[in-house]
Amino acid sequence: MQLSPEASVENQTAKTSVRDIYLPPERKKISGGGVPHVMAKNFSIYYGEFEAVKKVTADILSKYVTAIIGPSGCGKSTFMRSINRMNDLIPNCHTTGALMFDGEDVYGKFTDEVLLRKKIGMVFQKPNPFPKSIFDNVAYGPRLHGIRDRKTLEGIVEKSLRKAALWDEVCDRLERNALSLSGGQQQRMCVARTLAVEPEILLLDEPTSALDPKATAKIEDLIQELRGSYTIMIVTHNMQQASRVSDYTMFFYEGVLVEHAPTAQLFTNPKDRMTEDYITGRFS
Amino acid sequence: MNLGTRKLLDRSFTALGIGSIVIMAMTLLIVLVPIVSNGFGALVFRGTIEHRKLLYNEFHRGDHEDLQKEIAQSDRYRQHAFAILSNFETELDQMDESRQHEYRGKYKEVKSALQTLLGPLPGEETPALTRFQYGPNRWDKAQEKLQSFLYEKKWDYSNPDEVAKEYFVSRAASFEGTSLVRLFPYVEQNLDKMLLPEWTFYWGFITDSSIDSHIFGGIWPEIQGTIFLAVGAMLFAFPLGVVAAVYFTEYAREGFLTSMLRSANSTLAGVPSIVFGLFGLAFFINTLKVSESKSVLAGSLTLAIMILPTIIRSAEEAILAVPKTYREASLGLGSTKWNTIVTVILPAALPGIITGGVISLGRAAGETAPIIFTAAVSVGSAIGLADIFSSPTPALSWNIYNLASEHEAAAEIRHVQYGMVLSLVTIVLLLNMSAIILRARISKKLKG
Repeated sequence: MQLSPEASVENQTAKTSVRDIYLPPERKKISGGGVPHVMAKNFSIYYGEFEAVKKVTADILSKYVTAIIGPSGCGKSTFMRSINRMNDLIPNCHTTGALMFDGEDVYGKFTDEVLLRKKIGMVFQKPNPFPKSIFDNVAYGPRLHGIRDRKTLEGIVEKSLRKAALWDEVCDRLERNALSLSGGQQQRMCVARTLAVEPEILLLDEPTSALDPKATAKIEDLIQELRGSYTIMIVTHNMQQASRVSDYTMFFYEGVLVEHAPTAQLFTNPKDRMTEDYITGRFS
Repeated sequence: MNLGTRKLLDRSFTALGIGSIVIMAMTLLIVLVPIVSNGFGALVFRGTIEHRKLLYNEFHRGDHEDLQKEIAQSDRYRQHAFAILSNFETELDQMDESRQHEYRGKYKEVKSALQTLLGPLPGEETPALTRFQYGPNRWDKAQEKLQSFLYEKKWDYSNPDEVAKEYFVSRAASFEGTSLVRLFPYVEQNLDKMLLPEWTFYWGFITDSSIDSHIFGGIWPEIQGTIFLAVGAMLFAFPLGVVAAVYFTEYAREGFLTSMLRSANSTLAGVPSIVFGLFGLAFFINTLKVSESKSVLAGSLTLAIMILPTIIRSAEEAILAVPKTYREASLGLGSTKWNTIVTVILPAALPGIITGGVISLGRAAGETAPIIFTAAVSVGSAIGLADIFSSPTPALSWNIYNLASEHEAAAEIRHVQYGMVLSLVTIVLLLNMSAIILRARISKKLKG
């Protein structure tokens, strides 16, 4: 049988394809979850004239982990940062369409973005602790929102650090400067700092891209721990990571939401040709 | 480019760099060494008994009994000189008319030269000005006076094509054959016994008020005035500058107006300081009438306007240097913009802001032109805190200029001028050093 070179490549990748590379773990259903928590409808984001995210329509389900994948510059970070309006920091950034959070318009005229960000916590690509002590870092949010009592604060700090699986490592040096922690510890501290304000949604913007494999594993474990308690969204470049930690995956390409499906389905049986090409490494 | 040329270029550039650093260091040395050595001369010198008399009479410092003993000791030698004088006076009375006429004028000169050397002679009225009530305070000055006592300065006008030359004539020679001739060798040999020089550490130079417009005494009014003016300028300029910097970096929308404001700020930083001085006079004193006439308040405000651009600029840069991630982290936790600025951005920018502030403080302390018309007077006593709204003050920068150029006895008080320069340089240096230390400490705290 005569085959063109392209066809043979296609054939090979089809053989070793998605199923063998990514085997998403079996996942338990979360009771009380699965309600649309964030809803986008024809939602577009512009940087000036440039349409960075194009008419996205999607429901992010509560208490589940949703991963966003896609090549660099595809708008995945932009989309996620628009949920808690971090894009407001960028001049000339505006949106069209609707983005609802808990039935409320995120970009509504009367929306208090400060309150919104309290409910939608975010962890950034690079660990970004304040140059303060670990305690002050974690207590920063609660203090902002009016908690002054030392005992209460101590309770919140311990609880948050325990949730972030960092308590055992730092409990005896809470007064040390947070910058003295290792990169992985810093990132988990940032998660703890975000959890301390008791958000409903946790946005993770490539949280492990600046970390070594060991620290990455810890963050991934942490996501598993937090699954079910928070609605989690994670932007990642690492497709294995997406398949390991998420229940749903969104694939963005050039600002368009190409596919949004349960992770198991998206990685083993992608509906869209583009998705398949991307996750099999045909382009990146 | 081949390897040889590259290495040669590297080397020659290194040599050039080291050369320029060496030249800078040399210049610094050439400037600083005389300032330091002469400046310390105002504090540490061989003080005469006249200095100790002055200290006791004017500042009530020193032990009365010791002083009386010393006076008695020096008087023993002085009496002898005075005896020679009175001998000569009787001799003069007995001379015939023409010789009397010849000697009287010269004798008067000798007497006044002796008076500048030893202080008022017995039997004369106490002079009104303090500077004539005491002999030379310093042994080096006493020796200069001794020269003009021993030799008369004359000018040689013989060659009309050239500038007149000075030459010295021994006074003793002109009294040859009279009893006064003994006086000159006697004074020359016994001057140290009449003036009793001893090494003195005159710390009062820093803390005393000046007496008789800086001929004697200290420079405390100037130091205090400088501190008042600089700190006052800071009190106005620092908060204003930081607020403006926060506005520029955090609130202002980029646009025509903002860029205009920004370039106006940069231009303001380059305006000559004398222009600020005139502006201060025209605006704060004549228009706003913050005070009747010159005052510390008007001077501080003028200096504040002058250093404001620098403070804004450095604060702006410090704020912009705060990593964007801090801002994101804080806002992401549901912090308001204002809270983010106060609790995260300003603390992180603090080392830079403080450095800019203290350097501006040093500049405010050292500037002369802005305070000429608004705050400075050449002679005055230290003012109280309550007077800053109405009183002008002496200040180091202005008085250095004044003493060196406009003072009626500028040549007599070189040591005071150098002392003032050293004090000013020290104040500015201390300020800058404290800025560096403070900055290091805060950054260390921030870095953990």
